[in-house]
Amino acid sequence: MAFVQNFPFLSILLSLFSGPLCSILSGKWAKRVNTGVIVTTGVMSAFVLQHVISTGQSYVYQMGHFPAPWGNEIRVGILEAFMACFFCAVMLLCMLGGIREREEQIQESKQNLYYVMVNLLLCSLLALIYTNDLFTAYVFVEINTISACGLIMIRQTGRTYEAAARYMIMSLSGSGLLLLGICYLYAVTGHLLMSNIREQVQFLAQTGQHHLSLMVALGLMSVGLAMKSALYPFHTWLPDAYGYSTLSSSAILSSLVSKGYIFLLIKIFCRVVGFNVVNESKVVNVLFVFGIIGMIMGSLSAIKENNLTRMIAYSSVAQIGYIYMGLGLATEAGIVAGLYHVLSHGATKALLFVAASGLGDASGNSDRFADITGAGLRNKLAGTAFLAGSLSMVGLPMFSGFISKFFFAQAAVGHAHKMFPTVIALALSTILNAVYFMKTVIRIYTPAPEGSVGGRQIGVWEQPAKSAALVCLILLNLILGLNSDPIVRLIQRGFEMFD
Amino acid sequence: MSRKVPEEEYQKTVSCRLKRWLEGAEDPFAEGMEMGRQEPVTESPEAKERREEDEKQLRQRVYDLENNVEIRIFRRFYRVFSVGFCIFLVVMLLAAVSDLPVFGHPENPVNNQVAERYIENGLQETGAVNIVTGMILDYRAFDTLGESHVLFAAACTVLILLRTDKKKEQAEDEDNDRRYEPKNDVILQTVARVLVPPIFIFGIYIILAGHLGPGGGFSGGAVIGAGLILYLNAFGFARTEKFFTAKTFRRVSFCALACYSLAKSYSFYTGANHIESIVPLGTPGAILSSGLILLLNICVGVVVAGTMYTFYAMFRKGNY
Repeated sequence: MAFVQNFPFLSILLSLFSGPLCSILSGKWAKRVNTGVIVTTGVMSAFVLQHVISTGQSYVYQMGHFPAPWGNEIRVGILEAFMACFFCAVMLLCMLGGIREREEQIQESKQNLYYVMVNLLLCSLLALIYTNDLFTAYVFVEINTISACGLIMIRQTGRTYEAAARYMIMSLSGSGLLLLGICYLYAVTGHLLMSNIREQVQFLAQTGQHHLSLMVALGLMSVGLAMKSALYPFHTWLPDAYGYSTLSSSAILSSLVSKGYIFLLIKIFCRVVGFNVVNESKVVNVLFVFGIIGMIMGSLSAIKENNLTRMIAYSSVAQIGYIYMGLGLATEAGIVAGLYHVLSHGATKALLFVAASGLGDASGNSDRFADITGAGLRNKLAGTAFLAGSLSMVGLPMFSGFISKFFFAQAAVGHAHKMFPTVIALALSTILNAVYFMKTVIRIYTPAPEGSVGGRQIGVWEQPAKSAALVCLILLNLILGLNSDPIVRLIQRGFEMFD
Repeated sequence: MSRKVPEEEYQKTVSCRLKRWLEGAEDPFAEGMEMGRQEPVTESPEAKERREEDEKQLRQRVYDLENNVEIRIFRRFYRVFSVGFCIFLVVMLLAAVSDLPVFGHPENPVNNQVAERYIENGLQETGAVNIVTGMILDYRAFDTLGESHVLFAAACTVLILLRTDKKKEQAEDEDNDRRYEPKNDVILQTVARVLVPPIFIFGIYIILAGHLGPGGGFSGGAVIGAGLILYLNAFGFARTEKFFTAKTFRRVSFCALACYSLAKSYSFYTGANHIESIVPLGTPGAILSSGLILLLNICVGVVVAGTMYTFYAMFRKGNY
């Protein structure tokens, strides 16, 4: 076994180990450890990616001395390694962009606990990506939920307490449903390992045994994960959680945490239940319908909002709707488009949150629409970044958002029943996106009226970390938008490896 | 024949004090116990008015019931819909349960080669007499590693939420603590003095014998945590803070979790690369046997005990 094959396991263990380590360090050292861990795991994932691309094969890594159905194992393919790499990169940029906010908004003595939470979150995301065992996935979903709660409420204002309570209730009900689903699935198949469950499920589907409990299990798991990733009717926790928590938290939560659950759901569909069974059940249609409703309703709520960060948060509801719509198409092209949108939305949403905070800095730390008039002129880089992010969300060519919309449309064309709803929803949602993003862009580039107070000029070098994060995120967006071919091929190859 | 005792001496005898206690004239515990007065809750008319005004404002400004159509519709349908939804969920889940394989039937899918190997080879392969421990700490140790970090993450979240660092708030917490909890309660202290050592020893026994019989880190840690909480209730924070503070908790948990991670990393690494592990399994049944399981049980026990105590202490008082 090549040494590089140990890296996924090492990156999970390293981030897990660094969580408790940060709890005994001072805030300053915890920050350094955290940065080091994210960079190390990112580099290790890149090596793993390079390794799996060159061998062209996925491999399983046995966790311990006992082979798979008895012991635990993780599975590494192109898609897994690529996702891990991307998540590490985005997380690093989110942490980089929010340094000053964290120092201002988090109590001095609790700084280190923030990094404990971030490290544990990173570990759980990696484990969700790599795991090949349904119960391991559940355990790390728990860590993910708890640390996300910590990230929301560490700002310690009334708003974030309320948001964290809402998040906790919704997210724990989602975990509960997921656990119930896993229990049902275990009772009818007798396995927890993904590949073994699939064999059994295929057998049961052919013979028609336990059809009802299989469908209920599938439904429970889908609804549970949809709740946790804020699909439309379950999105009520989202605007407060993203809108009021500290910058790094909202960026990480919107661009990574919900995506981890979506990735798990895709894994459950393809690797645990098997796509033919999912297709026969009507679960995908339900996800499709709610995805489309989410696309429209999220955008409508965003139009009504008069607070910049909350508007961006509501736009996440719409974007999650896109991903579920892709899943709901239930074709390979649809899922690949959904996965591409996971990347595109991850990069863009982080960019928008960081840019919005930059605009807020130039307007006396306010993110109300009335105050940010002309903010793009006062903070040029943040304005440019917000413009880039908005264009990407609306779907202008050259930016990543265009590519994912293009793929969604391509996946829908030729689909027997879902072509028209998909294309119409895409068009409608693009218009609505344009309404609220362009409204904001026009506002930030309109000079502030005479005599308004609170605004000040902010140069590029005043907050070098945030500027660097913004530049990197813009570049990431452009790379995803201009260089989409190899990335899509990578996703396709990785997706084929899933079987 | 009875002897006449002087009044002063009679006052000091046990029988006299018992009599006075029975008559309700004297409370022997009254001086030892330290407890603030519990004032009945009184609300001045202005405060009441303000509270009602606040509630009214809350309805008007937060929910904006007159103009918020969504909430009006939501409130109207909420009750009916929630009851209907619960009934639907219950019926659906029950129907699915009735569709599951019959519980305990030998032909069930859960009775497959996985369980078979755990039961038949568990003792030789893990060295643990208690198969459950062998399963969670050796076969599926990665899950348990995650599970113990769940506890740690939960404890850290509670620290984020409830820990107060300002001296003024701490003093207020101290006062609140005195108001509702009797301090130096003689009955509680006497019982605790008797009970706490056996509880600790029993907890330690459960942890150490986890691989030999029923028990293990999670249950033993819970017992020790309960013992710590009892001790805290009897003797107060002043006594427990001498040996257990939030800092101790974090250090001890770090050591335990680091120990767990490192030990298991070694075994994962050797297992995946097919290198022979140097950890001996020992004789099944001996206290020093079953490879790493004993060590892992101790680590888990420490984390669980610390987490339980931290939860209690944090919810009772913002700092310890």
